[in-house]
Amino acid sequence: MSDLTQAQVRERIARRLASRHRKEKLFRGLGIASIAFGVMAVLLLFSDIISKGSGAFVQTDVQLQVTYDPALLGIDEVNAETLIWANFTAVIREALRARFPEVSGRSEKRELYSLVSSGAPFTLRERLQANPQLLGKTEKVWFAADDDVDTFVKSLDDSAEGFRGRTSEQMAAWVQSLRASGELKKRFNTTFFTNGDSREPEQAGIRAALVGSLLTLMVTLALSFPIGVAAAIYLEEYAPKNRWTDLIEVNINNLAAVPSIVFGLLGLAIFINFFELPRSAPLVGGLVLTLMTLPTIIISSRAALKSVPPSIREAAMGMGASRMQVVLHHVLPLAMPGMLTGAIIGMAQALGETAPLLMIGMVAFIVDVPSGITDPATVLPVQIFLWADSPERAFVERTSAAIMVLLSFLIVMNTSAVLLRKKLERRW
Amino acid sequence: MQTPTLFALLLLLVLIAYGTGFSRAVAAARGRGGMRKLAALPSYYGTHTALWCGLPALLLLAVWLTFDEPIIRALVMNGIADKPDSVSGRELLYAQIQNQAAGSLFGEPSAQVKAAAERLLHLRSGARWLQTALVLILSLGLGAFTLLRFSPQLRVREKVEKVFRVILIGCASAAILTTVGILLSVLFESLRFFHTVPVTEFLFGLQWSPQMALRADQVGSSGAFGAVPLFTGTLMVSAIAMFVAVPVGLMAAIYLAEYASRRVRAVAKPVLEVLAGVPTVVYGFFAALTVAPLVREAAAAVGLQASSESALAAGLVMGVMIIPFISSLSDDVINAVPQSMRDGALGLGSTHSETVRKVVIPAALPGIVGGVLLAVSRAIGETMIVVMAAGLAANLTANPLESVTTVTVQIVTLLVGDQEFDSPKTLAAFALGLMLFLTTLVLNFIALHVVKKYREQYE
Repeated sequence: MSDLTQAQVRERIARRLASRHRKEKLFRGLGIASIAFGVMAVLLLFSDIISKGSGAFVQTDVQLQVTYDPALLGIDEVNAETLIWANFTAVIREALRARFPEVSGRSEKRELYSLVSSGAPFTLRERLQANPQLLGKTEKVWFAADDDVDTFVKSLDDSAEGFRGRTSEQMAAWVQSLRASGELKKRFNTTFFTNGDSREPEQAGIRAALVGSLLTLMVTLALSFPIGVAAAIYLEEYAPKNRWTDLIEVNINNLAAVPSIVFGLLGLAIFINFFELPRSAPLVGGLVLTLMTLPTIIISSRAALKSVPPSIREAAMGMGASRMQVVLHHVLPLAMPGMLTGAIIGMAQALGETAPLLMIGMVAFIVDVPSGITDPATVLPVQIFLWADSPERAFVERTSAAIMVLLSFLIVMNTSAVLLRKKLERRW
Repeated sequence: MQTPTLFALLLLLVLIAYGTGFSRAVAAARGRGGMRKLAALPSYYGTHTALWCGLPALLLLAVWLTFDEPIIRALVMNGIADKPDSVSGRELLYAQIQNQAAGSLFGEPSAQVKAAAERLLHLRSGARWLQTALVLILSLGLGAFTLLRFSPQLRVREKVEKVFRVILIGCASAAILTTVGILLSVLFESLRFFHTVPVTEFLFGLQWSPQMALRADQVGSSGAFGAVPLFTGTLMVSAIAMFVAVPVGLMAAIYLAEYASRRVRAVAKPVLEVLAGVPTVVYGFFAALTVAPLVREAAAAVGLQASSESALAAGLVMGVMIIPFISSLSDDVINAVPQSMRDGALGLGSTHSETVRKVVIPAALPGIVGGVLLAVSRAIGETMIVVMAAGLAANLTANPLESVTTVTVQIVTLLVGDQEFDSPKTLAAFALGLMLFLTTLVLNFIALHVVKKYREQYE
């Protein structure tokens, strides 16, 4: 070192400086690339889901001229009992044969009949029930198309060929003919929001799952919010520094990081096998999710309590308030906004949770909308999981649409949590 | 009376008790010339009465509801002359009796079952009467007793506050109860599992095919419970995830904390947090339907064979899910490094990146390591992504393009659907759950400890 002249040193530094600046730029670039990667992932995820799912909000209908022929229906008057036995399928088949009279042969006919949804007879029954005088008359009725036809029709918008999938060439020709004569239309898919699950994609909806999610969340909120707030109050305002308190703290922090599926095992072993609570019920789901969200709510409630300055407590104490009065009258109201924010975030977490609910049997195939917290039910994320497993192509778009509904709920919840915090938060 | 009705009635009684206690105190105060003659505010007298009226009765109801069915069952089973010897036989018999009592038994039951079912119905209605009577007597009796003992000198506030405090302690202890509940539930079933399958075979066996034989001569029914393929599968998927998440998350955190302007930070941070809020089932769907086909095509383009459910697809998507977890934890610890350390390094002539690499990161390292450990435990316990995208085949392989299975996937597949509760197949799920719980517990414990130590260092 000592035999280098000052000029040499300066020259060496200058030479290294270029490479050091290059490294600086590279490092910075890596940082920007990482952020870009994350943002790209968000964009890709959302655009993928939206492009896959937007089709599910539209349903193709087929118009048929049906005759409520008493002979075909096998009834001669309309009342509650005959409506159950009436053969609406025959009427629809007759209408299809009348529209395409050239069809003959068994397998061709079977293909023809599969143009409309297998739920079409129910549409007809509802119409006849509403207007009994229609018996013996003829009218034009729109029926939901079968899911394969629906997929084919939707793909026709993208390319002239379309995606045929399971639709045969023959069926495609029929569909084109219906389309040309204006006997096909697309409408907003209300079925998706009013029906429960179904094996037929065109009849499947998310209503049962939504109600199940709502009931489960109600149980969760009713239990986890009071318990979480009470636990936070004890730990923040009352607890003496001793072993028991330390143990509770370690437990809460650990539970916050226990995999959710383990809570499902707990629910299965304790609530279902030991206490013999009903399987698949929102009650049990709510209990499991309560245990899972409790750490989140306790931790955020404690943070809210901590942010209330001690001077408030001291002032209240100075006026002769007891500890309980200090907490209930002064600290709790001031900490409430923070606690509510924590509760909303906890609920959002519970709404998206799937794995523990699989354990307690909320994966059953549920068609009916649950009416109470002990009815068998499923929840939205589990419904997504079930549909994602279904092979029908039409279920892919319904899965994505259900995901869109779930994500919009989550976005609303999280945004309102942020807004609530911004609006009500006080800086001391 | 049905339990919900009884519960509603009890609530009504509590409200009445509150009102009575309150008005009693107000009346007493008026007789003596003002509130200050009372030992506590009227609302405390009301709460005191309501607590005595409601709490003991509620506790009795809870205990009753927990124990009535097992006791009734024991009574019914004791009344039966010739019981089957095996546990499952007795379970079956009792299920028959219950169905007969509910009127939903198919076929003609034996006389013994019929008699037992009648006895069951009789006991149940008797139990319900007794429950209603006891709860109401307890509630009304204690409520009336409290009102009788009313006196303006009674220091009810202290009493109410004591109860309040006990309730708070109870709620805080729920966390401990949960941990104990988890431990007991997985431990007991695991011990039963280890009776049939030795621990060493479970931990070191290389074969996993949890099929139990229905017949003795069934093909491929040996039932192997060697969990090593599951452990390696879990490790591989988690390793891929960490390979994505750690560099990206860390660099994103460094950029946000050290370089980004306030405006960039205000936009980029919430966008990254969105990734944390997306439900895992959505990631699973994305991995299975979008990423897995891409991986397969990419592999085919370079001449490799990838299975349709590959560890790589699941791991990549899981990595994306964990990015915000690592970035926000690292962001916190990097911000906690004192500014003076940065200033010192910059003053000595180092570039910004040299400051970060040689001063800030080493100072924040314990916190970062803690965050990474927490992320690992999360990756190991993640369920939905691997269930939907990693497959079920228990391959012992090091090739990320093949399908592997993980501990969580096997828990789900073993427990979803109908299952009988003493077959080794379902018990195996609990043994896997025990392994999962212990592993994550140790990881969390170390991570929390490291983070805590680190925080103390700079506070």
